[in-house]
Amino acid sequence: MTAVLEMRGIGKEYYGNRVLRGIDLEVGAGEVVCLVGENGAGKSTLMNILFGMPVILETGGFEGTVKIGGEDVRIQSPQQAMELGVGMVHQEFMLVPGFSVVENIKLNREVTRSNLISTILEGISSFGSRLRSLDEATMLADAQAALDRVGLDVDPLDLVGELPVGHKQFIEIAREVDRSRARLLVFDEPSAVLAETEADRLLTTMKQLAADGIGILFITHRLDEVLEIADRVVVLRDGEQVCTMQRQETDASKIAELMVGRKVEARSLPARKFPVQDEDRILTVRDLRVSMPGESVSGLDLNVRRGEILGVGGLAGYGKLGLSNGLAGLFAATGEVAKDGQPFPLHNPLEAMKRGMAFVSEDRRGVGLLLDESIELNMGLPWIHCQKRFLKSWIPGLGLLDGSSLSKHARQMIERFDIRCVGSEQPVRRLSGGNQQKVCIAKAITGDPDLLLVNEPTRGVDVGAKQRILDELVALNRKQRMTVVLTSSELAELRSVCDRVAIVSRGRVSKILAPDAPDVEFGLAMAG
Amino acid sequence: MRERIIALYERWLLRHILSVGIPRLMIGGFVLSLLALAFIKNLDMAGLLGDSLVRVGRNGVIVLALLPAVRGGLGLNFGLPVGIVAGLVGLLVPMEFNLSGWKGFWAATALAAVLGWVAGMAYGWLLNRVKGQEMMVGTYVGFSIVSGMCTFWLLAPFTNPRMIWPIGGHGLRTTLPCTPGVGKILDNLGRFEIGGMGVPTGLLLYFLLLCGLVAVFFRTRVGLGIQASGENPAYARACGISENRSRLLAAALSTMLAAVGMVAFSTSYGFVQLYLAPLMMAFPAVAALLIGGGSVVRASVSHVIIGTLLFQTLLTIALPVTNELLSGDLSEVARVIAANGMILYALTRSSR
Amino acid sequence: MKRVLAMLRNHAVPVTFLLVSLALCIASRQSASFLTGEILNRLVRNSFTTLSLLIPVLAGLGLNFGIVIGAMAGQMAIVTVVHWNLTGFSALGTAWILALPIAVIFGWLVGCLFNRAKGREMVTGLIAGFFSNGLYQLLFLFLVGSLIPFSNPDLILPQGFGLRNTVNLKSMEYSLDDVASVSWMAGKGMEVRLAGKVVRKPEAPAADPDNPFAALRAMSASFSPPIKLPLATAGIIVLLCVGIRRLLRTKLGQDMRAVGQDMHIAAVAGIPVDQVRMVAVILSTVLAAWGQIIYLQNMGTLNTYSSHEQIGMFAVASLLVGGATVSRATVWQALMGTLMFHTLFVTSPLAGKHLMGDPQIGEYFRVFIAYGVIAVALALHAWGGGKKSSD
Repeated sequence: MTAVLEMRGIGKEYYGNRVLRGIDLEVGAGEVVCLVGENGAGKSTLMNILFGMPVILETGGFEGTVKIGGEDVRIQSPQQAMELGVGMVHQEFMLVPGFSVVENIKLNREVTRSNLISTILEGISSFGSRLRSLDEATMLADAQAALDRVGLDVDPLDLVGELPVGHKQFIEIAREVDRSRARLLVFDEPSAVLAETEADRLLTTMKQLAADGIGILFITHRLDEVLEIADRVVVLRDGEQVCTMQRQETDASKIAELMVGRKVEARSLPARKFPVQDEDRILTVRDLRVSMPGESVSGLDLNVRRGEILGVGGLAGYGKLGLSNGLAGLFAATGEVAKDGQPFPLHNPLEAMKRGMAFVSEDRRGVGLLLDESIELNMGLPWIHCQKRFLKSWIPGLGLLDGSSLSKHARQMIERFDIRCVGSEQPVRRLSGGNQQKVCIAKAITGDPDLLLVNEPTRGVDVGAKQRILDELVALNRKQRMTVVLTSSELAELRSVCDRVAIVSRGRVSKILAPDAPDVEFGLAMAG
Repeated sequence: MRERIIALYERWLLRHILSVGIPRLMIGGFVLSLLALAFIKNLDMAGLLGDSLVRVGRNGVIVLALLPAVRGGLGLNFGLPVGIVAGLVGLLVPMEFNLSGWKGFWAATALAAVLGWVAGMAYGWLLNRVKGQEMMVGTYVGFSIVSGMCTFWLLAPFTNPRMIWPIGGHGLRTTLPCTPGVGKILDNLGRFEIGGMGVPTGLLLYFLLLCGLVAVFFRTRVGLGIQASGENPAYARACGISENRSRLLAAALSTMLAAVGMVAFSTSYGFVQLYLAPLMMAFPAVAALLIGGGSVVRASVSHVIIGTLLFQTLLTIALPVTNELLSGDLSEVARVIAANGMILYALTRSSR
Repeated sequence: MKRVLAMLRNHAVPVTFLLVSLALCIASRQSASFLTGEILNRLVRNSFTTLSLLIPVLAGLGLNFGIVIGAMAGQMAIVTVVHWNLTGFSALGTAWILALPIAVIFGWLVGCLFNRAKGREMVTGLIAGFFSNGLYQLLFLFLVGSLIPFSNPDLILPQGFGLRNTVNLKSMEYSLDDVASVSWMAGKGMEVRLAGKVVRKPEAPAADPDNPFAALRAMSASFSPPIKLPLATAGIIVLLCVGIRRLLRTKLGQDMRAVGQDMHIAAVAGIPVDQVRMVAVILSTVLAAWGQIIYLQNMGTLNTYSSHEQIGMFAVASLLVGGATVSRATVWQALMGTLMFHTLFVTSPLAGKHLMGDPQIGEYFRVFIAYGVIAVALALHAWGGGKKSSD
């Protein structure tokens, strides 16, 4: 069997930060290879290298060799990758809604024939070729052939915007198939947006394409799909290739364990003064549905015990972020939620804050901060609005800001969290990521909440600040008996500080595990 | 200690040199060289500076009116004519009843403020539905209001013979002199002269007073909420601040200030100009704010004051100086180029 | 019936304006021949400029208020050919050729601006128009004749520099129109001109003193101006319409439509987005320059400092009246819109005079219509856009 793709010894560093090391990947013609790994395992970097994305070149290239169809290549741009017959089926649709199916399949690869003007102009400059007329009949025939190959029955002249979501994925595939030299197709989590029956059909289509001799690289989190279709499975973890297995050598629990497995740093947590009791629930969530794009929650049940640190983990796009965003009221949500036994309103951030809930968003710069405002204003503003704190009282009703009490509070927080800054009036834009994160947490606890929801507190934060932030969360929990719901993509982090870890998969809690539960259980729970 | 000093120095440097921006330095340098030229050419410096002060006070409030809109995230409010027209109506009604002196001025201001607020709420309601296109929609809403009101001025039931065309008996004149005692009422309050330079104390104080009120407003709970939702709507939403309400308030406040500013402008000028006169008034105001250092997303009271000062001084001095140097009125052309060039610069620079 | 109603709903804007223009035609109390002649003339004179807006709309740049800058390029070319004392069709042709490089450079500059101000091309175009107007005045009012050596007493103000406010274009008046035109004169019949020469003369009405009707006919003929159809100009407009439609079925046209639909997806598919936008702006600017030359050869005079000013607004309003939107426009909408907008423009002062007893009201009303229709169209567009993004 000839190898369509052969990657040898691939490694990559971003600014001295090693993200990939010694990856060997081979895809034969007509073979389906599944690439699995947690978020951040290095799958997307590997794909960026394969497609010659600018981000790779701008950061100093990569190590190792890439062969396509047996020939050494240095891919410098996505266009070049396409010309070499490497296609990518995106997770998000790259389709123009106002164009017909044909126009989308042939986007920027239109069939043209010359006309009088283009012929004249081509003599002058290469731009003339852009004035060639479209050969609509040939385009239509090509598109129809591609649609037949992926087994999609639509009128090629229909507008894509009016088609159901499921069809769009297949049009994307048809577009890749239509490239006359398509030899290798990469599917990047294509089934994440598909319904069950469509996902099945997708697998059938992939099998057919493989049978036609196209090599397929399939990135997915669904282990059942992996087992059904893969000829071989490649597992990445922390930028390293953990192993490559033939399908018959493996099963779901083995893959899951390999994906997650890593040592959990032992951390001695301070003892609790207040015991956590199962029946004392600060928050009960029943059938929560949150429509957060890309992180939707569909029918989630959860109990949060007063005084605990509850971890929420899961794969990106499976709804773990939607839980806290929905509870904090940032996205439209339905369901029965009660806090302290009282019904709790959804989609109402102000009321959530008034009821003692504070939220630290995962999108620090987008949602968490006013980048051009001072540290003190960032910390105070939500509570100025919600609790009317830090206001002067001498003209009632005017609500004039009391600058001195605000700066005093901010200075205390700066000291407590060790925020490195020039002063409490420094705009937060000029702080480092870690210090910005500390401001976000300080902002949240300024309102003295009894329930703190924290999303991704250590993302993009240096090691020292990471430690400090986790320590401070534990201290809040132990000293002030603040209940913390900690959502993070880093399982190791959750397992080091939490009392329990809830794994969210496909919008629901798939399992609640003890932090010291075996790796394989975490792996299986994450894959659903 | 040393670190602290370096940090302080860095802060000072960033605030005062880099943040000034090249265009403002250029305009500032240009104004200074014009002043030097005027001095060398032995022009009436005191008179020129006095005129500049009057023009600063006269136009300042209208420039200030842009501030709430920028803070509220509406961008540069090219829809100022909505407020300006409200201000004109506010001026005309007391004039019809011959209210003179302070009574006339305050009646006009109060009526203008009320009408401006109402019109601003409607305008804000519209802007909430056209998010992302506020500037373009605002420009043409302003143009439409001004041209639409032309018909109103012709048909409005005003009867005071000083206001309507002498022939035909209906329709307001294009330029109406203010009721005696109202014209220049602010200029003349506490007016004094230093070395031939007349200082319109009342007018300047009125402008600074309004600047102060706006500055204070943006330190209150409501003002801070408007600012937060303008700077980062997602942050504001997460704080429970209603973005649409903030934008509505910002638009209403901006329009109200424009109306009040128009009353100050017209009374100081001594004449009320109707019909197509207010059509382009938003553009020089926007240019002044930008010259002062404001941008599509950021503006402060100091930007308003510095910008008005620079821009109006430029306009006042450019005319006599160019007349001295060249024949022909280059200053109008220079104004058009400077004002629109400044706006273009701001539009192509700021992201978002 | 349902289908008729649905059609009315889908075409609410043009239908409304059709009704308004019909009502104003009646209210203006003018003869059909006067109105036909006047409106036909304006339709032919202005359509080319309106059509120059189509390409940027399709490429997603919205309404190109920057065509004012193209009009300036056209006027620069016109001033030059007048200075060279060219006449007739050679003047026109030279002006077109001269305008091309100027407009390409201007279009390139505007395109650079638009590529830096993505998402607010329209307001940038508007301000760029104002800004260039300042530069244009600086050039023609002060620099020509002083810094730029130029002496031509017919063009220059008596002070020795600066262009006169009006430039007489009699030498090239109707130079395109009369390449082939047909005029119908009431009571006299047809006059046909080919290549500027009269090839068929209208008959003089028979002078029959005994026939009172003949005298009446002669009188009416002397009162009502001829209805003229400049076939050559109309032909050029048809050619442009066909050209635009053909362009859309080329690779470049397809790229423009893709960029207009979604810049991001187009870029991912490998379409050079900035370049496509640039080409669209340059094409639009060049067409506007040529359109302005066509407009001026029909007018016969150039108002040096104002002819170009309202071009952008009138063209945009025309296109919108025809039912186009900021993101969607067709050749037919451009033509129908120009027809209706100029009907409004001709009739509203007259209707104002008859209805309100004051022509001034009509004047203001038509300015209001022009601005108002743009405001409404922009608001409606942004309204829809806002809904889409919040869904």
